[in-house]
Amino acid sequence: MTARRRVSLMVTCLGDLFFPDVGFSIVRLLRRLDVVVDVPPAQTCCGLPLFNSGYHAEARAVAARTAELFRDSEHVVVPSGSCAWMVKHEYPGLLAESGLAALAGEVAARTYELSQFLVRVLGATRFTSAVPGRVTYHDSCHLLRGLHESRSPRTLLENLSGAELVDLPGADECCGFGGSFSVRLPEVSTQILDKKLANVEATGAGCLVACDAGCLMQMRGGLTRRKSPVRALHLAEVLDGGRP
Amino acid sequence: MVDIARRAGARMAVKSKSMATEEIDLNEALEREGITPVETDLGEYIIQLAHERPSHIIAPAIHKTKGQVAELFSRELKRPVEADPEELTRIARAELRQKFLQADIGITGANFAVADTGTVVLVTNEGNGRMVTSLPRVHVAVMGAEKVVPSMTDLMVFLAILAKSATGQKLSVYTTLVRGPRRAGELEGPEEFHLVLLDSGRIAQLGGPLREALSCLRCGACLNVCPVYRQIGGHAYGHTYPGPIGILLTAMLEGTGSVKELAHASSLCGACADACPVRIDIPKMLIELRREVGDQKIAPWIERVTFKLLAQVLVRPALYRLAARVGRVLQRPFARGGTISGLPLFLDDWTRTRDLPPVAARTFQERWAAEREAAP
Ligand code: SF4
Repeated sequence: MTARRRVSLMVTCLGDLFFPDVGFSIVRLLRRLDVVVDVPPAQTCCGLPLFNSGYHAEARAVAARTAELFRDSEHVVVPSGSCAWMVKHEYPGLLAESGLAALAGEVAARTYELSQFLVRVLGATRFTSAVPGRVTYHDSCHLLRGLHESRSPRTLLENLSGAELVDLPGADECCGFGGSFSVRLPEVSTQILDKKLANVEATGAGCLVACDAGCLMQMRGGLTRRKSPVRALHLAEVLDGGRP
Repeated sequence: MVDIARRAGARMAVKSKSMATEEIDLNEALEREGITPVETDLGEYIIQLAHERPSHIIAPAIHKTKGQVAELFSRELKRPVEADPEELTRIARAELRQKFLQADIGITGANFAVADTGTVVLVTNEGNGRMVTSLPRVHVAVMGAEKVVPSMTDLMVFLAILAKSATGQKLSVYTTLVRGPRRAGELEGPEEFHLVLLDSGRIAQLGGPLREALSCLRCGACLNVCPVYRQIGGHAYGHTYPGPIGILLTAMLEGTGSVKELAHASSLCGACADACPVRIDIPKMLIELRREVGDQKIAPWIERVTFKLLAQVLVRPALYRLAARVGRVLQRPFARGGTISGLPLFLDDWTRTRDLPPVAARTFQERWAAEREAAP
């Protein structure tokens, strides 16, 4: 018998504060796959908002702390492509001269965005949909162009029992969130969002799926504002329809 | 350059499309000397008539409709002109043919220069570059100092890359190679040839944080895919070079201070870097510029204080938990039906157009801790 896999959930600041249900969906999904899940206590944030705005000394302090929290983790699973990208792509450089270079490299190598972990590590592709009917998928920028992942989420959604995946025109185009960009240039951010949502509504899907809490905040915020019948959900919530 | 034109006794200068001359405001300088610059690239010709600046580095008049162009031409020719692109092109062609023959001096940019043969290379789709370099008595080429490639073999590679990324062509329609003035026995070409290399901060970036931007071919692919550029257009950037690469070039040419706001005019979606044929990591350098802006303390103080405070909260979990509790209290008057639709003052930047999720009644970590206690 092989040892059960162990996953530490990096819930992220947005996941913790605004989307706690997403975190619990992930825990359920992983447990159903016989994975032991822990949540290292006293997590805050990966530091991406500081990093992207150019506050690198500050981001370094946050990154150092977060890397330490996951020092003993076998696998680190993250619900957002952007935070996973931060850990995998930026931690090693950011912490290169801090005495934590080796740790940063190890944590980076063990960190996965959720869909990647499910498909590429666990080989788990069969789930039951929590939202029957048509769903469509938005590629979040950091997952797509940062981590070069467009396949895993689609594999999961294509195989999802009870749901039908339809193509989103311009799926790979930004939703306009961009962290602080969304409030620094709110009009431009909203115009980009409006284009995205028009495409979403044209698909006829009842549910818009994304793998990033930032995009979800932006797109859900736009959908509910325009009283759209389309719901924006995190991939984990959609996969969480019970045992297949 | 004005000196060269003056010595040549020039009254009129024909120009082919060149962002380098835009960068140094050459047209204005010539006009001050009583020399009339005439743009001969169709797009440039249009915006010169309109007294505007290019809004795109390869399609300068892309912001104009054919109706607007027809209006411009009607005004210029003092007769009604139909909004038919073919007809408009025919008119411009006839007008420009006269200018080519009248001009004393031809001014071009250069897409590349080849070091081993001393060749200046110009690509166009209209053939105007060839006329500008061969008809007038004097030819002056202006280019950024970074556009030199080592050999003809390298040139072949770059020509193909440029054409593909700029317009999706295999090669541009005209590729003009110039190796100086007319030689004895040659029938055409200028009597004088001058090459002007622009530094303007470029060379200083050879070992600098923006050095990758020196590989830019000015193909425009990054503009075409940029969600911000597509919304706001080139003029909104307010500098010679628009779009994501334009922010980097502006910082290079005019200093970091000139882009302290522009550096943030990007969602960092990465579409530019993905489209770039020479793999310039534009988002990385935009972040670098933001860092410089913050380090030089030219970012607004309120922003700096906010981010420093945020950093303090994020390294202190007790403060972070407290912030969540405070947020829950403060949001109470605004959170209705599980969503926040409006906030006071500057906090409204998000909620004016989008709903905001409230801080959860219990955060993930609070719930997780509670469950652990109930069933360890
Ligand atoms: S940065 Fe790259 S994509 Fe943009 S104009 Fe330059 S070469 Fe083309």
